[in-house]
Amino acid sequence: MFDSFLQNILNALQWGSFYSLIALGYTLVYGVLRLINFAHGDIVMVGAYIAFFISSLLLGQYGMPAFLPGWAVLALTIPLTMFFTSVVGVTLERVAYRPLRRKGANRLYVVITALMAGLILENGNLLVLGASRKKFPELIEKVVYKFGSVYVTNLKIGVILTAILSFIGLHFIITRTKVGMAMRAISYDKFAVPLMGIPIDTVIVFTFILGSSMAGLAGILFALSYPILDPYMGMSIGWKAFIAAVVGGIGDIRGAFAGGFILGIIEIMVVAFFPSSYRDLIAFSILLLILTIRPTGLFGVAQTTKI
Amino acid sequence: MTLLEIKDLTQLFSGLCAVSELNLNIEERELVGLIGPNGAGKTTVFNLASGFYQPTYGAILFQGRNLAGLKPHQVSALGIARTFQNIRLWKEMSVLDNILVAQHFNLGYGLGGLFFRTPRYLKRESEIRHKAHELLEIFKIDNVAEEKPGNLPYGMQRKVEIVRALSSGPRLLLLDEPAAGLQSADVTELIALIQWVFDQFDLSIWMIEHQMKVVMSLCSRIAVIDFGKLIASGTPTEIQQNPAVIKAYLGDDQL
Amino acid sequence: MKRFSVPLLLIILLLTLMGLAWFEIIDIYIQTIILFMGINIITSTSLNLVNGNMGEFSCGHAGFIAVGAYVSSLLSVALFTKSKTFGAPLLPPELAAYGFPLVLIAGGLAAALTGLLVALPSFRTRDDYLAIITIAANYIIISTIINIDQIGGARGFMGMKRVIFAMEQCAEIPWMILWVFLFMVLSIIIIRRYMSSTYGKGVEAIRQDEVAAEIMSVNTNRIKLVTFMISSGLAGIAGGLYAHTVGYVNPKSFDLLKSTEALVMVYLGGMGSISGSIIAAIVFTLLLELLRPLQIIKWVAIPLLLIIIMQFRPEGIMGNRELGDIFPRLKKFYKFK
Repeated sequence: MFDSFLQNILNALQWGSFYSLIALGYTLVYGVLRLINFAHGDIVMVGAYIAFFISSLLLGQYGMPAFLPGWAVLALTIPLTMFFTSVVGVTLERVAYRPLRRKGANRLYVVITALMAGLILENGNLLVLGASRKKFPELIEKVVYKFGSVYVTNLKIGVILTAILSFIGLHFIITRTKVGMAMRAISYDKFAVPLMGIPIDTVIVFTFILGSSMAGLAGILFALSYPILDPYMGMSIGWKAFIAAVVGGIGDIRGAFAGGFILGIIEIMVVAFFPSSYRDLIAFSILLLILTIRPTGLFGVAQTTKI
Repeated sequence: MTLLEIKDLTQLFSGLCAVSELNLNIEERELVGLIGPNGAGKTTVFNLASGFYQPTYGAILFQGRNLAGLKPHQVSALGIARTFQNIRLWKEMSVLDNILVAQHFNLGYGLGGLFFRTPRYLKRESEIRHKAHELLEIFKIDNVAEEKPGNLPYGMQRKVEIVRALSSGPRLLLLDEPAAGLQSADVTELIALIQWVFDQFDLSIWMIEHQMKVVMSLCSRIAVIDFGKLIASGTPTEIQQNPAVIKAYLGDDQL
Repeated sequence: MKRFSVPLLLIILLLTLMGLAWFEIIDIYIQTIILFMGINIITSTSLNLVNGNMGEFSCGHAGFIAVGAYVSSLLSVALFTKSKTFGAPLLPPELAAYGFPLVLIAGGLAAALTGLLVALPSFRTRDDYLAIITIAANYIIISTIINIDQIGGARGFMGMKRVIFAMEQCAEIPWMILWVFLFMVLSIIIIRRYMSSTYGKGVEAIRQDEVAAEIMSVNTNRIKLVTFMISSGLAGIAGGLYAHTVGYVNPKSFDLLKSTEALVMVYLGGMGSISGSIIAAIVFTLLLELLRPLQIIKWVAIPLLLIIIMQFRPEGIMGNRELGDIFPRLKKFYKFK
């Protein structure tokens, strides 16, 4: 009984890692721009595909000689994927979001643009690559460790560790570096910040780089764990990660990180005890309950309205 | 007759004491000033009196009725109206609509009436409109009834906001720095306007103001607060000579 | 003359459409597109009430459409037809034509009650938290339907075509055109009356400055609740009409993609503009059908087109204005309140 509980917790941590990494991207962009970047889930999907192509290339799929072992391919794929995914994210910001901001459009129009951009990424992918699903190559050999009757794979440990390390790194950037402080400053007062001589657009681009590279990372890890890629894989997980970010307290990266794990744990536990078709029903009811009790989310601070 | 009775009013914001054991009465037909240095807690007192904050301790009684637990819209229905330091008109609605919305406390019809356009609904809507137009005419701003407040000069916006507050027929009108941001010619006009409102309408006025010219020429009584505490209360001449007030404004060295 | 021009125009339009369908000048396919237009008009104008006029961001409109669709379908199938799920009809099928609007309204009421449940927790939260609550509600509603096996679960529920047949026993007219048209006009009248009343102007006040609204005697919580319930109730009616037009409902057809479509129509039309929402609903429905031959390219082309439109008109087609504001001369010819 306890063993199966422990096994579930481990699975939940892995599952929650994806949500956490994605929720971090949501919360970063929201904190700085007050923009719900609904395309973010699809950026994760793009990340997974980019990882697929890079690793296939390095493994000699496209005529290139394969000379690297699996682990080296993975080590190369991770930074390259993060780089290319952030290029996609920044392009989106430059081409679609920034012009709208410049024109002073209502911010909800930017949200709708994000939704549309997400649809384009999904269906554009389907259009270009066709309906056949891609099988992600197995880059590292699976090692199973057994503790009593609890099984842990090296992949599972890797995923959870990566999520935690990225959070720590991100936290460092946000709290200790100049650009991180500028990001937080913008979220407090976006009018005063440019007056202080901070190049606001540079900070926004940096935010998108951070958020999208987290999405790229989540994409690789997801593809390694569930190696069947499909263009719509990011949609549902993206919406859910957004909810996780809000439950944690949107705009606060600790909240997003915790929220992601909470959602992961709830979902896995629901599936462990109920038929899997109840997953959404119960998970979202619990999340709504949390929000009703703590309206600002777990880490959100209630703002006082000034008159 | 006491209109507003403030008893031991205390407001804490996460430990910070914004208003501390304030005791103050506003009588019927009285024009009272509330002054004090920046950050003394003046607007907080107004926010408490309009129901926007719930007091931590103490009570506010309006016409003998405790305001505790009432929402701002209920307080406003009882007869306390206010203006804001930084004008808060609904900027994308016409001046007339701004006045109309302030009649929400007394619409006199339900949703059924609204959807079925019952005679009662039509009658009430035309009465409300009529009353709003009348008020705009009294203040000679009926020519801007269809304008959006955002397009009006600042002084005019102040006036519209006062008219909006008056349109709910208050017994007590709270004016939060009505002269803020006005040029000196406009200030003279504002003083005349407030005096005129006080003479024409059966109400009491309580105002926060930094410009001494306004307070001294209008108010029959002035309350001074500093760090959330009442430090003096009296006629304008008494206040001008009160050492505690001078100390609050100018510091110790001047004495 | 001015008073009667709009009703007259609407009656002529209705009779023309029904006549065209009756004489089979327009085939079933075109009829369905016209029906979808009417349904989408209800969807977009009702969502516009919350997202446009009130300035909140509700993302789960399809959830309410689903509630309306299922409740009215279950009722109409149980009441007027012989079905596997419910057995013999509870009422004589001849009554279908009279009972159908009541069934639709019942669906609308059920959706409005769901809206009440969703809106209540949103009072304690602020800003974009309504977005999240409605997204979650959309998931919960669909998941609930999937888990009720008696109404078909994930397979969906059908049999509504037989309700139409039952109505046609009464009189052989294109019933759905009549119902969609009537309820479309009804919902526009409801929204228009609501927003032009002093009570409804409180909704605009909440969008522009909620604090000022509350302090100037507007019961903001109550208005938010009422507005949300009207919006979700009308969405429920749209759902009922959709279910009976298609003859088949499936929980998948009410997912967030459907909600996204509703959002697109509102913001394409312009926040707070009823005529904008109507135009956007018509344009969007046509666009979906015209680009159908492109298949998957359609779902790249339409979002791309919308992004481009928004770049050029970042306030939507109409902004927050109505048709009468843009063409003041039109006002001479009609009066519509």
